[in-house]
Amino acid sequence: MESIPLLSILIFTPVIGMLSLIFVDNKNKNLIRSLAFGISAINFLVSLLLLTNFKTTHEMQFVEKHLWIKDFGVYYSLGVDGISLFLVLLTTLTAAICFASTWKAITKHVKEFMISMLMLEAGMIGTFCALDFFLFYIFWEVMLIPMYFIIGIWGGQRRIYAAVKFFLYTMIGSVLMLVAIIWMYFHYNELTGEYSLDILSYHGLPIDPAIQIWLFLAFFLAFAIKVPMFPFHTWLPDAHVEAPTAGSVILAGILLKMGTYGFLRFSLPIFPEATIASINWISVLAIIGIVYGALVAMVQSDIKKLVAYSSVSHLGFVVLGIFALNTQAIEGGLLQMINHGLSTGALFLIVGVLYERRHTRLISEYGGIAAKMPIFAVIFMVVTLSSIGLPGLNGFVGEFLILLGVWESNKLFAILASTGVVWAAIYMLWMYQRVMFGKVTNPKNMDLQDLNLREISYFAPLLILIFVLGIFPTPVIKMMEPSVVHLIDQVGIENRKPLVTVIKEPDKKSNSNYKKLISANNKNIITSRSEKLTKVLNHVYSNSNRKKNSPQ
Amino acid sequence: MKQLVIPDVSLGAVGPEIVLVVTAILLLLLEVFTARKEKGYLAYTALGGVLLASAMTANMNGYTEMNFSGMYVVDNFASFFKLVCLLGTGMTILVSVTYTINEGISNGEYYALLLFATSGMFFMISGSDMVTIFMGLEVMSISLYALAGYTRNREKSNEAALKYFVLGALASAFLLYGIALIYGATGSTKLAIIGDSLRTGIANYHLIIIGAALLVVGFGFKISAVPFHMWAPDVYQGAPAPVTAFMSSGPKAATFAAFLRVFNEALPSMQADWWQIFWILSVMTMTVGNIMALRQTDVKRMLAYSSIAHAGYILMGFTTGDWFGVSAILFYMLVYTFMNIGVFAVVTIVARKNEEKTTFEDYTGLGYKHPIIGVTLVVLLFSLIGIPPTAGFVGKFYIFMSALQQGYVWLVIIAVVNSVISVFYYLRLTIVMYMTEETTEALPSLSLSPSLVTALIISIYGSLWLGVMPSSYITFAQAASLIP
Repeated sequence: MESIPLLSILIFTPVIGMLSLIFVDNKNKNLIRSLAFGISAINFLVSLLLLTNFKTTHEMQFVEKHLWIKDFGVYYSLGVDGISLFLVLLTTLTAAICFASTWKAITKHVKEFMISMLMLEAGMIGTFCALDFFLFYIFWEVMLIPMYFIIGIWGGQRRIYAAVKFFLYTMIGSVLMLVAIIWMYFHYNELTGEYSLDILSYHGLPIDPAIQIWLFLAFFLAFAIKVPMFPFHTWLPDAHVEAPTAGSVILAGILLKMGTYGFLRFSLPIFPEATIASINWISVLAIIGIVYGALVAMVQSDIKKLVAYSSVSHLGFVVLGIFALNTQAIEGGLLQMINHGLSTGALFLIVGVLYERRHTRLISEYGGIAAKMPIFAVIFMVVTLSSIGLPGLNGFVGEFLILLGVWESNKLFAILASTGVVWAAIYMLWMYQRVMFGKVTNPKNMDLQDLNLREISYFAPLLILIFVLGIFPTPVIKMMEPSVVHLIDQVGIENRKPLVTVIKEPDKKSNSNYKKLISANNKNIITSRSEKLTKVLNHVYSNSNRKKNSPQ
Repeated sequence: MKQLVIPDVSLGAVGPEIVLVVTAILLLLLEVFTARKEKGYLAYTALGGVLLASAMTANMNGYTEMNFSGMYVVDNFASFFKLVCLLGTGMTILVSVTYTINEGISNGEYYALLLFATSGMFFMISGSDMVTIFMGLEVMSISLYALAGYTRNREKSNEAALKYFVLGALASAFLLYGIALIYGATGSTKLAIIGDSLRTGIANYHLIIIGAALLVVGFGFKISAVPFHMWAPDVYQGAPAPVTAFMSSGPKAATFAAFLRVFNEALPSMQADWWQIFWILSVMTMTVGNIMALRQTDVKRMLAYSSIAHAGYILMGFTTGDWFGVSAILFYMLVYTFMNIGVFAVVTIVARKNEEKTTFEDYTGLGYKHPIIGVTLVVLLFSLIGIPPTAGFVGKFYIFMSALQQGYVWLVIIAVVNSVISVFYYLRLTIVMYMTEETTEALPSLSLSPSLVTALIISIYGSLWLGVMPSSYITFAQAASLIP
């Protein structure tokens, strides 16, 4: 198993699919659909190999590392651990389901749609697997392009506004992150004399707390917009409402997890001091998100918008859990990321089913559907209950662990957050009641068709997982645990071993000295240059350290 | 009696220039002896000259020589920029073939002017003496003035040529004045000697400062840095589309080359003074360029402002004053040439006979009607924004890196915010191409000639390959950075 580049296969299968679709005739829509679905289904099956071959440690597994851009020290390096493993699986599963769900929904420009979706899938898997900042950033940004087109071309009335807003919000966050990455790249070089963008070697890098907070904020903005946390959430309802069903499912199921994944992979282990300093205000924002999202969801008249705001609320839980910084809460957060992907993904599919039949998403247009669509009613009910967090279904486990962990770290936060569970029950059940129960009042709903086999079969895996994760979450938690424990070790300041002997950053004066020294000594090739830089720096630092130490 | 010294003349060093000029003269001659309908091959003759010159230039890579009594230098830096210019010229010729035939301007002179302009750029790039640089700049500029007005029946084209000429002449005067002042202060026009006299402190510092400021004005005009950019939108809009493509690539690269050489070879000891000027210039250029581009309704005008904004990003590399910044500029220039000429190639395709269709509405539904052109334009636009995995991203990443290495955090933050602003206007094109309702007036079918397809393939290759596998090009750029 070691020798097979499993992660590269997962990333590049969709890319190959994309390229092969280009040569398929535009008019042969069913061939295009089946090809795209086939590719994503194969990809899902391949991704199951990750699960069976995963060893329960915190080490990165299925690692691939190849030199890519030697002048910048950029590697093509991939790997998964307990944190990213399930997100990769969730991605491949959700993608396959999305392709199955678009059979009837997308009739215009089918080929372009499938190409966009496959590109998106490649980008998402890559983001979760990348272990090099450069590679990570590429995948992170690559996802913008297909998502922009998916919202903008196949979306609703205000699709252009929503697409541009989505693009801008996400981009403004990520470019500042890029600046922070480059800053750290040079900082890393100053400390070690090497040029590297390897994410893992940045874990525990000593950074002056005063600067760390700025870097932390740059990363935080990128991830908070993606999550989206209050007050950066305004793009989400627009994007969800306008996006086609498959786009919404991907957006809610996977893209939002990028932000929380980013907190776990970058913010916590790279900026531990800043993380600890920011716990309170981030938790407050998360709680505002939980309550505000829930309250706004309650008053929505559009089902899709309701589900979109419920995402803001649910992801508030995840962020709160992550920043509680203990094992239960982070495990709960991770689990809740998966759960939210499953249940909210399913909810958007449900909205899609209704929309395909009636071309409206207004709650007031429905009522009494349960009588007309019994199978649909059952599925809808299970998903609703899972989203609320009914014990026995997946949502409960995640929320419970989060609240347990948060209670340990801050009781007030836990109390405030638990009100979110109540709100969720209110808005979800109320919505369910208005849509499904009662008498059929609207004559247009009289001859609604129940789910067909294709629709049932794409709901089936989601429902099975909702039950399985609700009843037997332990195997999953066990697989996550070493990585989560390791992560908490990295954040705990007392446990941190500095990568190299901690040296203070050079002050302005010695900085300009070294600039001059560098420009005096440069050679064309970076490697020889970095050796020299190290020498020069060691010299500068030893001087400044001596000066600093002398009075004592 | 003083003995007359005949300077060393090495024709090998100016081989590519000779090829360009000879080809241009040959074109002028062939023009006379060719019937009007058979002029199609002239473009390919010009292309042959460009290819030959490229081969000779590439052959010179890794070889450094000072020639013509220190007036002319051949080094990696020069070879790199020359190849960028040749790439620009070659692609422009490919883009021009169909356009010139449609417009009835398929003459030998057109291609001869392109080649003369290119030879001018070569003299700027290789000039190690202010006089050589100025001569090269004038050769280039005068050819460009003529080219801008080449569709002489079109009012806009005439206006562009006149505006460009009047303002260009003014800028040249500034440049010349700057050269004169520096000569006055140091007693030489040779970059190396100016540099030496500054280091030893013989030179009159005040005169040098005024002279350097005037040089910034002169060069700043050619690279359309704000506030010397006023000509760019009008000229870009009025000039024939392939000429606009040409103007935005080669001449800019050549001016950047001369700019870099003058400031890094003659005035490096003043780096502490001039980095601030470039900092301000860079911020103004990118901000004004991007903000003005937002409101344009004409694609060519929008691209003119976008080109101004890109000059702003490139100027970031100047502030560093080290080899890393220079190599970042080199790489960016290469990437920019690929992507920008590609975009103008699409503009040329959409622009139809007699009347250039360049408003945003003219692109409605382009993505579906002509999927290949649509996808090409999308890739190029995302490259201009700087979204990975395109070359534009690596170029920006490189430039930002070089500025951050010197600690210009705010400059980089301003630049990234600018790239976000630029998203608005680049995306507007994708919106009309893919997302707006198709209008009743359907887009006519556009003809794609083999030469245009070749140009598009080259630009797509550059915009993607340099984004995915930039390594060897970065090494090449670093080997060519002027400062050791």
